[in-house]
Formats: sequence, structure tokens, C-alpha cells
Amino acid sequence: MTEKILLVDDEKDFVETLAERMRSRDMGVTTATSAEDALEMIGEQSFDAIVLDLQMPGMNGLEALEAIKKKNPNLQVILLTGQATVEKGIQAMKLGAMDLLEKPADIDTLTEKIKKASAQKMVLVNAETEKKLKDIMGGKGW
Amino acid sequence: MASPMKFLQKFKPIFWDYRPGNSGPFKSLFNFRSLWKRRVLLLVCVALGPLISLAIFNHMVTRHDTEKEIYLRTARLVSNTKRTVSFFLEKRKLALDFVVQHHPFEKITDAEHLKILFSDLNATIGGFTDLGLITTAGDQFRYYGPYDLQGKNYVDEPWFHEVMEKGLYFSEVFRGFRDTPHLVIAIKYKLNDTFYIFRATIDTKRFNQLISEVELIGNGDAFLINHQGILQTSTRSHGLALESIKLPIPEYSEHTAVFEVDDVDGERYVIGYAYLPDTPFILMITEQKSVLMAPWLKTQIVIISFVAFGVIGILLAIYFVATHLVTQIFVADQKRVQTLHEVEHTSRLASIGRLAAGVAHEINNPLAIINEKAGLTKDILTYGQQTDQTTKLISQIDSILASVERCGNITKRLLGFARHLEVNIIKVNIEAIIEDVLGFLTKEAEYRSIQVTVKVDENIPEIETDRGKMQQVFLNLINNAFAAMQDGGSLDIRVRRRVQNKITITVTDDGSGIPEADLKRIYEPFFSTKTKKGGTGLGLSITYGLVQELGGTMDVQSVVGVGTQFIINLPLTQENKD
Repeated sequence: MTEKILLVDDEKDFVETLAERMRSRDMGVTTATSAEDALEMIGEQSFDAIVLDLQMPGMNGLEALEAIKKKNPNLQVILLTGQATVEKGIQAMKLGAMDLLEKPADIDTLTEKIKKASAQKMVLVNAETEKKLKDIMGGKGW
Repeated sequence: MASPMKFLQKFKPIFWDYRPGNSGPFKSLFNFRSLWKRRVLLLVCVALGPLISLAIFNHMVTRHDTEKEIYLRTARLVSNTKRTVSFFLEKRKLALDFVVQHHPFEKITDAEHLKILFSDLNATIGGFTDLGLITTAGDQFRYYGPYDLQGKNYVDEPWFHEVMEKGLYFSEVFRGFRDTPHLVIAIKYKLNDTFYIFRATIDTKRFNQLISEVELIGNGDAFLINHQGILQTSTRSHGLALESIKLPIPEYSEHTAVFEVDDVDGERYVIGYAYLPDTPFILMITEQKSVLMAPWLKTQIVIISFVAFGVIGILLAIYFVATHLVTQIFVADQKRVQTLHEVEHTSRLASIGRLAAGVAHEINNPLAIINEKAGLTKDILTYGQQTDQTTKLISQIDSILASVERCGNITKRLLGFARHLEVNIIKVNIEAIIEDVLGFLTKEAEYRSIQVTVKVDENIPEIETDRGKMQQVFLNLINNAFAAMQDGGSLDIRVRRRVQNKITITVTDDGSGIPEADLKRIYEPFFSTKTKKGGTGLGLSITYGLVQELGGTMDVQSVVGVGTQFIINLPLTQENKD
């Protein structure tokens, strides 16, 4: 199956190359170079996973994460950072990030995490669907 | 000269040749040489002052007392001698009176009887050379003595007129007809309606003997002079009888008096004198002052040598105490300077460390790109599904090269920063330094949306300063400003030239500002309001030190909630500190 992924980083060179490599690994990749663009895209379409750079001009990674989670708590966010500190990692986890990767990241590790995120989202969506189904089943007096 | 110099070298304190050199003004607090000099001066004043004043006081007082005593003794001696001399003359006068009272005129005038009288007088009182009787006309009508003076007329002699006038006459010592020094007593006696004069010559040998018997110390002299300064008796060191004395003739004084005078050879004399009443004589006693003062001088030499030894001892003690004291301060100060150096070095490393986080990110970004580009290249080569492989690969490699250059620039800048730990004055472009420092901080500024503006006036020349130190100054100031600012703040750096030989750099932020109470303490080492966030409290203290080291001044203005402005004035050229 093809995962739909959103890549967010202010380095255009980086996102585009990474996107190309991921596409060649059978993933559907959309790119954004700022948190604001990314938020807009999230509103328009759904993604299985979002890879987000922690440090960006304007809205930074953590703020973007918070906004994304607010919009859709089911979205799975993987953070990328050039300077990983324990403090930032914990903060990111608290805000609901699925994982935190240090730059430069190995593409296989990233792919693995994305697959996990996608599966996780599937579970969540399934659970939600099931709950909805149960509600419908219980709600309507068949 | 070499060996005494070498000897002195041993005593030279270790701090003597110490020069603060290139360490900044706040590094060495003391000028040890002047510190030492002041200690020594103070100790010398306190220790030697009373001792020396006491010695001088003692010297003056005892000298005064000794002189007073000498005067008193001389005066006593003079008055005793005066009594003796007066008594000698008086006795002879009384003897003549007695003769006249107890013998009728006829008997006295009788030649035979006069001879008996003469031998009686010499047997009892003594000292008579001859006797004579003179009429009011000046004729010596009766004479007894070793010379043939019978019938001699004295009417033209001045003494004759004086005795006629006053009734009594003691002559000066004179040679007279006989050409030997002699002294005459002439007394006028009444006889019926007329007068006659009884005249006696007195042996000056007896007279001399009498005076020379006065007990005197050292080269003392006792003698008589007349009012004209002619010696009447022989002296030991002032000439023979009838010679003129070389000392000044003392002024008339009713009582015994003492004075001091220098003779022609420069020898100082203490002179006691008295005018003998009814005679032409002045009794003088002269004593050499140096001889009189000798016992006193001896005591003084003993005292002075004691004081001198004491002074030497005290000086040595002062030298060692002061040297020890200042050496200890010096050693402590050296340690402090060394510690400060270390702290400064550490702080420099710390500020570079603070940069490291930003630098890591700076480097990680291009590394991430390289990673992806290399990965893609590998993908292309592995899967090979691309038709135009070469173009694609070249573009990937170009991109990698660009990223490598980016990393290279960052490391180069970092290296440029870590260098120059020693003072190295060169001509630098201040704007380039600011850009250099900002190079490390632009990312942070970007992420935090901080607006940084740098404005350098056109008339700013290259200035002589230390590149590394200036970098650190800017790094510390901009870091501080960033720490004080909220995201989205603005930082303004301006370089102007208000005065001919100075440039003024202002770093203005719109951060939280510094409370007035803290403003006074911001340059104090280890004063920090962000200790919990890893501040060492050394940043501004060291910045201040650096600016001073570069010959500049640093000022701060701050309003809480509005912002802070640091103003640095730097000289265009470095004056040679040596």
C-alpha cells in the first residue's frame, strides 16, 4: 500500500530530495517549506504521517505540532531535529509526537517509522470506525 | 661594581621588576613598587620619627645645658679671680694707707726709715719693688729702690695728673723709664694745707704668678688686659705681656659676663671677663669651647652610635617586614590574576560552547542535505530506472558540493573564533567583525524572528584592536540581548564616530531591560540573574574587562520593559602601554 506523507522543512533542497527518494520507495509524498503551508495542506487532504522539522523560521516545529494535533489528533507526527536536546524531546512527546529523529536521518529508519506511524493511524482510524459502527448499531434500534 | 650589584640583587623583592604588561587594568589591582614604597615610608616615619626626634631633642637640650653650665662655671671662675686680683691690689693700697696712718710725715720722708718701711712691707705683704714720695709739683723728693730715681720729675706723666685728680691711681703695666714691665700704685695724702703722693711699684712677676695660678681646664687662659686691649700679663696662647690681644675687647659690664667668640684661626672660645673697679684692667678667662664640650661630645657620640645601630636595625626590620607583606600580596594577586585568566579562558570556551548548539544545527542541515543527495545518487545507481542519469547525478553532486562548502564556512568561522587567545593588535574592520559574529547567530535570530539591523557610518576607518577580543565582546553583548528579548524583538547595532579619535558602538535591544538595582552590579564577576539557566555571571564582567583592555570605555542604559543599550567607545589606535 502507498502511504501518504507530508514533509515539512525550511530547507527546500532537503525536502525535495528526500521526497524524491521516498517516492521511489513507493510512498506518496507532499512537501511544504513552512509550518503555515503544512497546516493549510492538512486542512485540504489527509496524511498517514507528517515529518516535521523542529526548527523553522516563523512558526517552529513544536508550535506546528500543537496546531496539527489540535486540528486532527489522529495524525501521526515524526519530528526531525538538527539539535536534539532531552528537554525538546520530552516536550515534543508530551505534545503527542510519535517519534523524534536526529538529522541527518537514515532513510531506512525514517521509512520504518513512517510505516509504524501509518499502521498506528490505521489502528486509530479502525478503532474510530468501529466505535462509530458500534454507535450506529447501538443507537438504531434494529 | 658587579659584585655589590649582585649582592643588592639578592635583596631585591620579587615584585620589583613586575610590570602588569598586557594584562588589563582590572587584572592587576596594585602597583607593587609604590605599595612597597608607601609601606616602607609609613613604617620608617612611625618607627624612626620618634627615635630620631628624641635623639635630636636630647642633643639640643643637653648641649644647651652643658653650655649653660660652662658659662656659669666660667663666670664663677672669673668672679673668684676678680676678687683675688682686686684683693691683691687692695691689700697693697691698704698697706700704704697703714704706713701713712701710723708714721709721721717726717719719718716717712726719712731715707733710712723709708728703707726700713720698704723691707718691712716686703717681709709682710711682699711684692714691692720700690717706694717713692712725690710733691704736688711732681718732684720725687724721696725714693727707695733698685734704681736711681731720686729727684725725678713726673709732672708731665699722665698718671700724675690722674692721681692728683682722683686721689688713687693704679697704673697699667708699662715699661716706663726702667724698660721692664711694672705697675704703679699712687695714693694722694693730705699734709697740712698741701698734698703729697706716696707711690709704690709692684712686682709684675708676683702679679703674673697670681693670675696664672687660676685653675683652668685644657687650654684655658687667665690674664688681664687694659681697656685698649694690651695684655697686662703673659698668657699661654694669646701672647706675652704688653702685646696687643687678638681677641675683641669686651664691652663694659658692671658684673661678670660670658660670651663666645671665634678667633682668627676659627677656634671658638668661651670668654668670661670682668672690669676691675678703680683700675684700668679687664680680667679675662678664655677657654677653648671644643675642650670644654669634649665630655658632652663623648656622651653624645655614645648616644648617637646607639641610635644609629637602632636605626639600622629598624630599617632592616622594616625592609623585611614590608617586603614580606608586599610579597604576600603580590603572590596572592598573581594567583588571582592567574585564576582570572583561567576563568576568562573558561568563559571564552563557555561562550563558544553556547554557540555549539547553534553550530550543530547549522552543520546538521547541510549534512542532512548531503545525506539525502548521496542517498538519492545511490538510489539512482542501484535502481537505474532513470533515463537521463548523468545530468541528474551531476546536479546531485553539485548540490552535495554546495552543502559541503556551507559546512566548511561554518567550521572556518568557528576556528577563527577560537583562535587569538593572546592579545594581537591589528587593523580590523569593525563591520566585518560584527558580521562574523552575527554569522553564528543569524539562524537563532531567524528562528526567533528577531530583527537584527547593523548600521555602520561611512566615515568609520579600520581601527587598531584585537580581533578575537572584539569578537568576544560582540558575541557576549548580542547573546545577552537575545536572552533578554522575546521572540520577534529587534536588535540594533550602530557604529558611529562622534569624536575624532574614537568610534562609538551602540548595541540596543528592546528586551526586558535591567532593573536599576541590578544595573550597578552587572559588571561584577559572578553576578547573574540567569544562574538557573546556566549563566556564569562572567559574561559582562569579562566584556567590560576586554573593552578596558582595548583602551575603551563601556556604558549601559536600561529601562525595564523598554530595553537596554550598551555603549562602547573604542580608540582608533592603541597607545603603547609600555
